[in-house]
Amino acid sequence: MELSPDETIFWQNGFITINLTLVTTWVLMFVLVLVSILITRKLRTDLKISRWQCILEMLVTGMNEQIKEVGLKKSEKFLGFIGTLFIFIAFANLCIIFPGYEPPTSSLSTTAALAICVFLATPIFGIAENGVLQYLKTFIEPTFIMLPFNIISEISRTLALAVRLFGNIMSGGLIVTILLSIAPLFFPVLMTVLGLITGVIQAYIFSILATVYIAAATEESEKKKTRNKRIKHKNQTVIEA
Amino acid sequence: MKIDWFTVIAQIINFLVLMWLLKRFLYQPILSSIDERETNIKNKLLDAESQKKEAAKAKDEFNHKNEIFNKERDELMQKAAAEAKSEGDKLKENARNEANELKDRLEKAFAEDQANKNNNMAKRLKDEVLDMARKTLTDLSSVSLEGQTVEVFLKRINELQANEKAKFSEALKGGKPILVQSAFALSANQQGVIQKTISGLLKTENTYEFKTRPELINGIEILTNGYKLSWSVTDYLKSLEEDVEAGKKVEMDTNE
Repeated sequence: MELSPDETIFWQNGFITINLTLVTTWVLMFVLVLVSILITRKLRTDLKISRWQCILEMLVTGMNEQIKEVGLKKSEKFLGFIGTLFIFIAFANLCIIFPGYEPPTSSLSTTAALAICVFLATPIFGIAENGVLQYLKTFIEPTFIMLPFNIISEISRTLALAVRLFGNIMSGGLIVTILLSIAPLFFPVLMTVLGLITGVIQAYIFSILATVYIAAATEESEKKKTRNKRIKHKNQTVIEA
Repeated sequence: MKIDWFTVIAQIINFLVLMWLLKRFLYQPILSSIDERETNIKNKLLDAESQKKEAAKAKDEFNHKNEIFNKERDELMQKAAAEAKSEGDKLKENARNEANELKDRLEKAFAEDQANKNNNMAKRLKDEVLDMARKTLTDLSSVSLEGQTVEVFLKRINELQANEKAKFSEALKGGKPILVQSAFALSANQQGVIQKTISGLLKTENTYEFKTRPELINGIEILTNGYKLSWSVTDYLKSLEEDVEAGKKVEMDTNE
């Protein structure tokens, strides 16, 4: 029994391997981009819009609001990264309704790749917002003693991200496969429906955790800005008085 | 369950490419479309607000104009009503005057008609009376009415009172001729008798002038220098006419 789509190899030449995970990912990417192009090609800016445009707008504005709610004020800046994480994972998980489909998220390589992206994005956004020193300073907070724990935390949460998504999706697929051999009727359908819910929830969890990590990394800058604003406001009030 | 590092690297690249593509074809167009729509809505709201203000202004202006119009209309109505009333009064006054004039004319015409009727009646009466008298006298004594008239006139001259005679004589002193007028043509004999009677009465010689006047109605009169002596059936007829009128009046009063 194959547990991961990585094991289905189409072409291999040394280190380079074209497996089911990559092929499925490319198909998913193609569909997502094609649908986006088709819908956004006829975007209308007046009050009457198409249903598809409405759905896309709801999706984009919903993600934007979620990012804002977590604490990232400049949500548009992070929408590309976090939104793509959510859309890709959710779409990959929702496609399990197609028979014979193997979600790329049930491959540890894919989830690890996504987790590495988050692992890399967190310091990149943090440094971009606060500068290198300020970002590195967050590792020795509240005290210098916390440095190893903060580093371990950084690595472990990345690992947790990868394993959580992989475990959930892989286990869902595995359960359906096992149930198919035990009770081929009815139960697999129920499990697939459950898998759809789990898939969307996992996509949400993955992207919201990524947002929280980025928010934590960029928090210092936001705090500073708020503090500066408060001081400015106070000074202005004093001057006016 | 192992990690294929080529797949990991490939998926990282795939994810980055997907992120760029979605940013290019999904987020940017959708966000700019939303922004544009928001701007449009904002502009439309601003437009609506300004139009609302303009509408309110136009409404106020309209109301103001309407008030002025109503005021002017009321004034014109009042003016027209006053003019109509004055015109009506004028027309009524004219109609009343015309009616009065017409009434006067009718009354006048009626009076004239009545007078004509009375005249005709008097004439008919005179003719009838004279005719009757003439016939009666002819039947009774074979004398003519004219001859009898001359007789009666002569008798009146002869029976003149002293003061009357004095007045007559006084009138003759002017030397004017005595004008004898009669309803019928006097014969030479009758003229001579009249001349003789007057000369005998006044003891004077006078010149005479005889004229025929049918309106005297079987009468004779003497005129000289303001003095007049006459006898005719007209007097009796007048008295008869007066009696008839008096009788009519009494009858009308009784009817009312």
